[in-house]
Amino acid sequence: MRPGAWLAGAAVLAFLLLFFVLPVARVFVTAFLDGDGSPTLGHLMTFFAQGLMRESFFNSLYVALMSALFAALIAVPLAYFTVRFEFRGAILIQTLGVLPLIMPPFVGAVAMQLMFGRSGSLNLLLNQYFGFTLPIMEGLNGVIFVEAIHYFPFILMNLTVALRNIDGAMEEAALNLGCRGWRLFWRVIFPLAAPGFVAGASLVFVKVFDDLGTPLVLGQTNLLAPQAYLRITQVGLEDPLGYVISVIMIVFSIAAMALAAQALKGRDYATLQKGGAGVQRRRLSGLGALAAYGWIGSVLLIVLSPHLGVLLLSFASVWSFSPLPDAYTLAHYATVFQDSSGMIRNTLLYCGLAAAIDVLLGVTVAYLILRTALPARQWLDWIATASLAVPGIVLAIGYLRLYKGMLVPGTEILVTSSWVMIMLAYAVRRLPYALRSCVAALQQLHASLEEVAETLGATKLRTIRRVVVPLMAGGILAGFVTSFITAAVELSATILLVSAESQAPMSYGIYLYMQSVAGRGPGAALGVLAIAVVALGTYFTHWVIERTDRPIASRTAAVRNWERL
Amino acid sequence: MKPTLIFRAALVALAAVWFAASGTNAGTVTIVTSFPKELTQAYKTAFEQAHPDIKLEILNKNTIQGIAYVRELPVGQRPDIFWASAPDAFEVLAGLKLLENVAELANKAAPAKVGNYPINNPQGLYLGQALAGYGLMWNTRYLAAHKLPVPRQWSELVKPVYFGHLAMSSPSRSGTTHLTVETLLQGEGWDKGWTQLLQIAGNSAAITERSFGVPDGVNNGQFGIGLVIDFFGLAGKYSGFPVDFHYPDVTAVVPANIGLVAGGKNPAEARRFIAFSVSADGQALLLDPKISRLPILPPEAMPGKIPAGYPNAFEIAKRAKVRFDADLSESRYNVVSSLFDQTITFRHKDLQAATGAIRNAESALAKKPNAQAAALLKQARDLAFLPVVGVGLAGDKNFLALFSANKKEAAVNKQVTGLEDRWNAHAKDNYARAKALADQALGMIR
Repeated sequence: MRPGAWLAGAAVLAFLLLFFVLPVARVFVTAFLDGDGSPTLGHLMTFFAQGLMRESFFNSLYVALMSALFAALIAVPLAYFTVRFEFRGAILIQTLGVLPLIMPPFVGAVAMQLMFGRSGSLNLLLNQYFGFTLPIMEGLNGVIFVEAIHYFPFILMNLTVALRNIDGAMEEAALNLGCRGWRLFWRVIFPLAAPGFVAGASLVFVKVFDDLGTPLVLGQTNLLAPQAYLRITQVGLEDPLGYVISVIMIVFSIAAMALAAQALKGRDYATLQKGGAGVQRRRLSGLGALAAYGWIGSVLLIVLSPHLGVLLLSFASVWSFSPLPDAYTLAHYATVFQDSSGMIRNTLLYCGLAAAIDVLLGVTVAYLILRTALPARQWLDWIATASLAVPGIVLAIGYLRLYKGMLVPGTEILVTSSWVMIMLAYAVRRLPYALRSCVAALQQLHASLEEVAETLGATKLRTIRRVVVPLMAGGILAGFVTSFITAAVELSATILLVSAESQAPMSYGIYLYMQSVAGRGPGAALGVLAIAVVALGTYFTHWVIERTDRPIASRTAAVRNWERL
Repeated sequence: MKPTLIFRAALVALAAVWFAASGTNAGTVTIVTSFPKELTQAYKTAFEQAHPDIKLEILNKNTIQGIAYVRELPVGQRPDIFWASAPDAFEVLAGLKLLENVAELANKAAPAKVGNYPINNPQGLYLGQALAGYGLMWNTRYLAAHKLPVPRQWSELVKPVYFGHLAMSSPSRSGTTHLTVETLLQGEGWDKGWTQLLQIAGNSAAITERSFGVPDGVNNGQFGIGLVIDFFGLAGKYSGFPVDFHYPDVTAVVPANIGLVAGGKNPAEARRFIAFSVSADGQALLLDPKISRLPILPPEAMPGKIPAGYPNAFEIAKRAKVRFDADLSESRYNVVSSLFDQTITFRHKDLQAATGAIRNAESALAKKPNAQAAALLKQARDLAFLPVVGVGLAGDKNFLALFSANKKEAAVNKQVTGLEDRWNAHAKDNYARAKALADQALGMIR
């Protein structure tokens, strides 16, 4: 074992301890303390004694499983068709496919109600022309619907990268042997892309299992996350049961991720040659093309309709009980530009830094897990992943408590009042996204490439820098983008950690506007701007990567040429 | 991609902004509030104009997060002012010794009470800053499309025509909803009040998690009628939405409050803002159509400022049938919240289903009388609409004490959650049986 691995492991662990484990433990300890401060398991017992808790647990499980299933139904065809076939507008489809993740809080829910709700555009039109309505947004099915179209990009992005990384020779070999159509997909391509799919699907599962906003907005309280939240945030009551539920959710999320990791264990997904140039994109037959375009078109229409709703809302003067707004205005944008321009800068700054930290940690952890024998290395992954299950408000209270009264060195500013805390909260909360992408990317990379580099005399660090990281670029990019765009719409920790309006990001601004009748329009306008800014940020990242990618591409080609020799 | 590059850039950016960040200047008053931007902006502009040497920093957090924020900060670093609707939030802050006495800042022109509710906290720890009554808000387009009559009283909301068209929030989520529920319970009595609440909730399409969820849903037409605090309805109406608002007779008028946080950075200047907010000038700002709140000053103290047709809080309080008893409300605060959540919020689907079945059978029965079915239906109604905790237990001191005891004690928590679990199971069972009975009755009639 090299000291470098120990050092890297220690650094990651220190970060996780300081900004995640200790603050959260500071809060969660309440779940296991009796009134006089002595330890007890009494609160834990009360959880299992309650019928409502058992019901909530199974509801959460059901919703999370079904959401992952529907998300896969949306994402798999999108990814497969755009990567493996000659497809017009593939880039556009993949860019649009990421948009659902950037649905700002509140605005998204409002827009969904306006489009699909009881008196939403769809149901008003259906009722007017056909005399019936669809209860799309009702009950647990409503939650599944919204979650699936919100989180399917996790699968789409990871699967796209995984499909691209498959050695084209595999597919060609299968085709040569007469394997086509479904059989080719199920027996060759999908299994080879499994790490990407499992990475995405397990993220969807855990994310939905722990999601709070959607069920609350749809009025579904009998799920674990809402039950925990409702208890933690009741005015004037400190209810340990809320923290007990959170602890149980964390344990379960870790177990789910461990199970996903177990499913992939013992198999080899690595291929020597990276895809792209190697793959011959196939043509679709006439009928197949029609079906594919039709399916993708209708899926995109549904998943992007909330964005259409937000856009309409941002231009609407009054929109009430009608398929479309009564009249349109630009006033909301004027309001927003007048007093919220600093928020855009803050969002870019915090989320950019947070995503950079996430990618750095993600690559490090992935490497430690897959390429070293560091003891207990799997724990780094589990700890980082556990942050998915920690409610933002718990993390924020943990920061405020753990760092209470501490001053930023050399200044009079409280650590907890500095914007760095907001950024760190984003980094911690979005780390699992980047981590999953990085792990999946490295899983598909054959270790022999590194061995070759080392045989040729490169040091370990140089190998990582010049071989591993460049070849993982796609996964790293996916991780960066996911962390960045989801951090941009984080709200629960943000509200608690913002200590001055000058340091508020856009998500806080949207929340601020959406508290009142007069604020709906400006809130939606800021939402549209947030979507635009994040989309531009994503595009810019692609652009930067493309530029720095060129030497890498030639290097990859060199590796390939060298392999043939 | 080179993470080292990004990392370096990140370090530079980090360092740059770290040094650029500056502490709060003297002459800055920080206010934590749950009030919307248009209200706080109006006060900020007016106050800074009158006092050019003082800057207001507004921090908007919802009431719960506001309390958490204040209590987690050390003395000397806290915000100066807490400004929110729910009186219970101020009681929590007072209990944590986080409020200073501000009695001498009160506006002498304001009456001591509205109805029989004291406008300022008797201990002087917070002041009433605006008044609010509770009532019904409806979407006129929605009512027209569904051919629903405009309701004037709570009791009308239990009618079968409103099934699936109402919305309300939960008392555990929103201090204002707690007041509405408590007002109803005090106005109608415990048992009758709960029966009415259960029927209204049974008719509701949703029990929203945020109190603003109700007016928002009525504004955009998701719900026909909502139980809301007055300014939500009035602000919607004056902002051009097709909505209207009415105070029923069973209502209570209570103050939204402002208080000085103990251990703030700038208490002297914060006091000047509190005095301004309750002065005649500060009160006039409430009348802006986008804000539409009721002043704590009677109209004669604000001559020529009040627009025609604007509601007068003191008249409404006089007319109101309920003499709101704050002590009674306080004594059973957690019981009401918990009972509502366990039997209504968390069992809403079952309650809705039972209510729907009962309404169906009722309308069939009205067309074709059947004694046996009527008897079954009465049973069903009793099962669905009688509270699982009767008036006897609700007045029991020991029972109430249990709910205000420290839930961190594992033994207490076990007892309370055990009770809650029984209520929940009981309600679920009752609603299922009520539905079965109603369906059976319907079968007989057909």
